Amino acid sequence: MHPHDFAVQARRTDAASAGHAPPAISDYALIGDCRVAALVSNAGSIDWLCLPHYSGPSVFAKLLDPNGGSCSIRPSVPFTVTRRYIEDTAVLETIFETNDGSARVLDCLPVLDGIGTVRPMREVLRIIEGIKGTVPFAALVDPRPDYARTKKVPKRRGRLGWAYLWKNEILNVHSDLDFSLHATAIEAAFTIGEGKRHYVSLAYSQGEMAIIPPLGAEANDRLEQTLAWWRKWSAQVVCKGPYRPQVVRSAVTLKLMTFILSGAIIAAPTTSLPEELGGSRNWDYRYCWLRDAGMTMEALVGLGITDDARAFLTWLLHATRQTQPRLQIMYDIYGRQNLEESELTHLSGYRNSRPVRIGNGAHSQQQLDVYGEVVHAAWVFSVAGGRLDAADARMLKGVGDIVCRKWREPDSGIWEKRGRQHHYTFSKVMCWVALDRLIKMHNDHTLVLDDVTSMQRERDAIYQVVEDLGFNASLNAYSKFFGSDRLDASLLLMPVMGYREASDERVASTFSLICDKLAKNGLLSRYEPEATDIRKNEGTFGICSFWAIQQLAMRGEFAEAEKRFVHLLSFGNDVGLFAEEIDAVSGEALGNFPQAFTHVGLINSALALEQARPVSAQEVKS
Amino acid sequence: MTMLMSQSLMLWGLIATVCMTTILEASRGFGFSRMSLPFIMGSAFSGRRSNATVIGFALYMLGGWLFAFLYFLFFASVGIYTWWLGAIVGLVHGAFLLVCAIPLLPYVHPRMASEHHGVTARRQMEPPGFLAVNYGAQTALVTLIAQAVYGGVLGACVQIQQAMMN
Repeated sequence: MHPHDFAVQARRTDAASAGHAPPAISDYALIGDCRVAALVSNAGSIDWLCLPHYSGPSVFAKLLDPNGGSCSIRPSVPFTVTRRYIEDTAVLETIFETNDGSARVLDCLPVLDGIGTVRPMREVLRIIEGIKGTVPFAALVDPRPDYARTKKVPKRRGRLGWAYLWKNEILNVHSDLDFSLHATAIEAAFTIGEGKRHYVSLAYSQGEMAIIPPLGAEANDRLEQTLAWWRKWSAQVVCKGPYRPQVVRSAVTLKLMTFILSGAIIAAPTTSLPEELGGSRNWDYRYCWLRDAGMTMEALVGLGITDDARAFLTWLLHATRQTQPRLQIMYDIYGRQNLEESELTHLSGYRNSRPVRIGNGAHSQQQLDVYGEVVHAAWVFSVAGGRLDAADARMLKGVGDIVCRKWREPDSGIWEKRGRQHHYTFSKVMCWVALDRLIKMHNDHTLVLDDVTSMQRERDAIYQVVEDLGFNASLNAYSKFFGSDRLDASLLLMPVMGYREASDERVASTFSLICDKLAKNGLLSRYEPEATDIRKNEGTFGICSFWAIQQLAMRGEFAEAEKRFVHLLSFGNDVGLFAEEIDAVSGEALGNFPQAFTHVGLINSALALEQARPVSAQEVKS
Repeated sequence: MTMLMSQSLMLWGLIATVCMTTILEASRGFGFSRMSLPFIMGSAFSGRRSNATVIGFALYMLGGWLFAFLYFLFFASVGIYTWWLGAIVGLVHGAFLLVCAIPLLPYVHPRMASEHHGVTARRQMEPPGFLAVNYGAQTALVTLIAQAVYGGVLGACVQIQQAMMN
């Protein structure tokens, strides 16, 4: 496969086994409406959907337990499957080929105006279309609300379909298929012929009367409007060069994880997909991490998606208001802070990777780098021409004050290590970034600092401490934390964050050592484990590998950077999605999926590559 | 005296309607019901959710005022001005709504679907069913409570005014 091309890979899937063996993480594709997101397997099954928003309770959770509930539409005879996103959109097309014909399933969550019209709160629309010959299909809808803690028998409502009711919520299944009841599930068997279409619409409402969207021509219209919405949104992505398809796919994926009602961007739409198969490192990522803020803002601004950049900054500065000027490391989509962690013991976990967790206990950790991330995000936004208002400036100055007070304290570091705190070098660097950007904004009159001299003094003090204690002379590299002899890939961000030039001797030697010691099969791990560390066999981190590419591009080593970039792209799945981690041996995706931060890394690397791309003789001539 | 009562009724009608609306809307927020009578009324006039909600609330408040006069006529006709009679009238009114008026909606509301005719481009709203049970099992109870409070507040206001005048 040419690395620049998203040609889909055909996979032989046996219908007899489909739906029984859990799909690989990379077998999933993401659909959504910027409020909720669903994972669709390459066997046509929606195995993950939370309502009414990303971090709400699941309705379909077969991803985490065979009895978690799903919505499956697939041929009832052996088939092969190919799939793709319709160009520049989040509409998924899954094509099933059988001996007697082929058919496709189009999956989307219609993105429509819910104020100017009367629409359901959320809708999943599945359209089955015959392409050639005839294909026998089996459809099953089996919602298990509240993380499968609730089993509801649906009520038949005549021509309106089937209604699953729980609490003050309703999921209405409306279809032109003849569904019948089997325990809590409804099932239908049908055969589709060439040019015919069938429809399954799952409409959800909470606390309001259900709206049941029509099928047929009106459903086709909703699909067309959704395609048009995504194409219009994607058209604003500014990125030239051979990697535009991958960049647009990453941008669309990022948009799918952007909660349109607040501007928050979640880390991933899933919980507890394991970092190691069968292991216990299973976390809930359906929240917003501030540590991702600066790089995410660089990606949004770099792509010219200014409306989303503004919304994201507004969320960053205002949703965090309740804890300001102190910042938590994560918040939920509305800025709520109490993300109490608990375990869902009734779920067996993805391929028996227990426990399944909801909430995230790391929310109460101290992580000093988040201050730098937030200020850096605001600076990137303002440099790109965005305006900060007086309240924004006040909040940022408050962050500066707290950094001046706190930077001498130890913290848990960017990787949220539970247990003993350290003086992480990257955390100190990001404290330096926070003060440096504030001083820059003061100098260009974006805001006015009360005492810029003392802030400069603190910034320089941080710099001195990092150089004295963060740089390990015997290693000839910056180390993970003060006094450590271990490396950490986050330090690849030093030149990206403007701490030192990419060509700087210390930065270059750190880069070389990280690539030497943390690389596996051309991919980077996030850090060298300590002697006492239990995480010795974790996968490599996609984001860290992208950071290395970014630094290479900044240094002008275009050919090497591009070679690594192409290699890294080969680890995306058939529709261009990346998880948090990649198993360096098998190439399998690990951890929550898809991961916003990895896609942010892809975008920033691609942008850096385009900046570093040598100008050809023909371009010079023209 | 009747003139004074009429003027006061404007205020009492508003207070009683506010109480009833608060109970009904709170019941949605707390998960007891998904029914919104203002939205049902407003959506009969507009297919835009924003307009339907605003129009519905305006009509609902207006309806609350008008019904206050009917309630007062009833109090005057039997010569009893008490909160408990108001509550009883409210309960009867609520029962009528649930049993007779609301189930008729799919036949008269231009945007409400029905289980017999299905969904069209114009008719997409979920029908209420008997006792509006489609909108939640506790919808009937909440509606009866809200109507009883409406009548009770009206009756209490008239009762207080009567006591003050005596």
